[in-house]
Amino acid sequence: MILEARDLTKFYGDFCALAGVSLGIDEGECVSIIGPNGAGKSTLINVLTGVLRPTSGRVRFKERDVHGIGPVALTRLGMARSFQLVHIFPDLTVLETLMAAVVSRLGRGTRLFAALADDHEVQEGAIEVAELFGLADKRHALAKHLPQGDKKLLDVASAFALRPEIILLDEPTSGVSTADKTAVMEILVAASRRIGLRAIMLVEHDMDIVFGYSDRIIALHQGKVLADAPPARIKADRQVVDTVVGRRRGDAPPC
Amino acid sequence: MRGRAGLVLVALGMLVLPLVAPAYHVLLMLPFMAYAVVLLGLNLLFGYAGLVSFGHALFIGIGAYTGAFLTTLTPVRSLEAILLAAALLGVVAAAGVGALCVRYVKIYFGMLTLAFGMVFYTFLLKFYRLTGGDEGMRVLRPSLLGQGLDAMPKTEYLAGPYYYYSFAVLVVATLVMWRIVHSPFGLCLKTIRDNPAKAEALGLGVTRYRWYAFVISGAYAAVGGALLGPPTGNVDPTLAYWTQSGNIVFMTLLGGFASFFGPVLGAFVFIFLQDTVMSVWPYWRLIFGAILAIIVIFAPGGLMGLFARGRTVEVSRT
Repeated sequence: MILEARDLTKFYGDFCALAGVSLGIDEGECVSIIGPNGAGKSTLINVLTGVLRPTSGRVRFKERDVHGIGPVALTRLGMARSFQLVHIFPDLTVLETLMAAVVSRLGRGTRLFAALADDHEVQEGAIEVAELFGLADKRHALAKHLPQGDKKLLDVASAFALRPEIILLDEPTSGVSTADKTAVMEILVAASRRIGLRAIMLVEHDMDIVFGYSDRIIALHQGKVLADAPPARIKADRQVVDTVVGRRRGDAPPC
Repeated sequence: MRGRAGLVLVALGMLVLPLVAPAYHVLLMLPFMAYAVVLLGLNLLFGYAGLVSFGHALFIGIGAYTGAFLTTLTPVRSLEAILLAAALLGVVAAAGVGALCVRYVKIYFGMLTLAFGMVFYTFLLKFYRLTGGDEGMRVLRPSLLGQGLDAMPKTEYLAGPYYYYSFAVLVVATLVMWRIVHSPFGLCLKTIRDNPAKAEALGLGVTRYRWYAFVISGAYAAVGGALLGPPTGNVDPTLAYWTQSGNIVFMTLLGGFASFFGPVLGAFVFIFLQDTVMSVWPYWRLIFGAILAIIVIFAPGGLMGLFARGRTVEVSRT
């Protein structure tokens, strides 16, 4: 098991966002977290990535207790993430953003007097990711001038540029038109193969994406795990469909 | 390319200035060059790391008093040794102050740096046996590259060898800072300025990078401070007073913190404008206050921002 959480609870004051969540992600898996707004999905991601400390419970990454080590150390260990709301560096170009990630991966951030322009490994690493994500044409554009969909891609691309072992993607296709969602997912799958990603955790609202790409689905509801099963079994679970997935007109009632 | 040609022209102009300009204006260039060194460092923190310090006069004071202590209390007279000692003490002081300040951002960071600056100012003012109190300390004429030059008339010394020495220090300081901001480290600072949470998600230790920037800027401010002493031959606590910290922030805003050379231009305009306005009207601060208001409201990019309008600003380029 590459990432494992045990009995995570998280309170914001009196409000309980996570009420004893346990889950695990195995090598080679793509696991989706689904749930209505307020179910605790983003809190879960923030706890798993070390941005928030759980009120109680433990997180293990690669057989190591990573409680309290924080996002920077977790990134070093091989965990990367993207954000639900686009996180970019507005005044940096696409290439600079990706170079920053490569610099971080290679541990060259404290090279004070090295010329970045002469560091071919960093440059090429950034360009490779830019090409993978279809951002190569826009590499000299400032991030703030990109269209919304490209901003989202850049956020995800910079996480991939870290060449992590596991990546946690918080709604990578939100704000992207329905037609483009599959394209984004195809890019992600291709990029994952290219960098040899060991596991993906996906928070997603679009059920077509969730059912199309996940090996396993974890349904959260009011801070608890409602179900943790492969897509086919989730589809057949009446309670999960009613509370989390929702039904479409014409869908056959689950047996 | 245009920028590079402009720089060469400015450098050539500064080289021939002592030969053609009246001594009065040549001497005004000395504080300009000293402040330019301070501002190159301050802007690593301000423009590149996004932290506004209101306490950098502390490091200017450390540099200036290093020169005074060494020349009056020890046999050391070499300006090279003074600058080196100032840089080292600047690093030591900034390492300590920075460790306490960089955990905070925005107004909290600004106020903390201000507080440390005031502590040091009070120290200089009250420990008068050591520091000479409000009268300050004398700075004896330092030797340049092993040359005593004590026999030379003061103006000739300052407008000649000392001018070129300061110019050389400024050139070296500029080249080193240029390397720093165009290094992987410089890029990491910019990510932290733009979005610290995202920088952390990319594995960049925000506090650590801010601290590095703080320490480097402290060293620069101390070196600049050490250059301020010899022209007047005296240093006093006003060098470390908070209005001094305010002045250098003002110079940075005036020139434009989004550009590498903006703050240097700001120092130049500040020094010469102050001199001009002071000579015609004693209430120069009134005019400067109005200028500051106009800049912040109408030209947040400073003078450099006005020149570079429509072009990408330097800070956001590799």
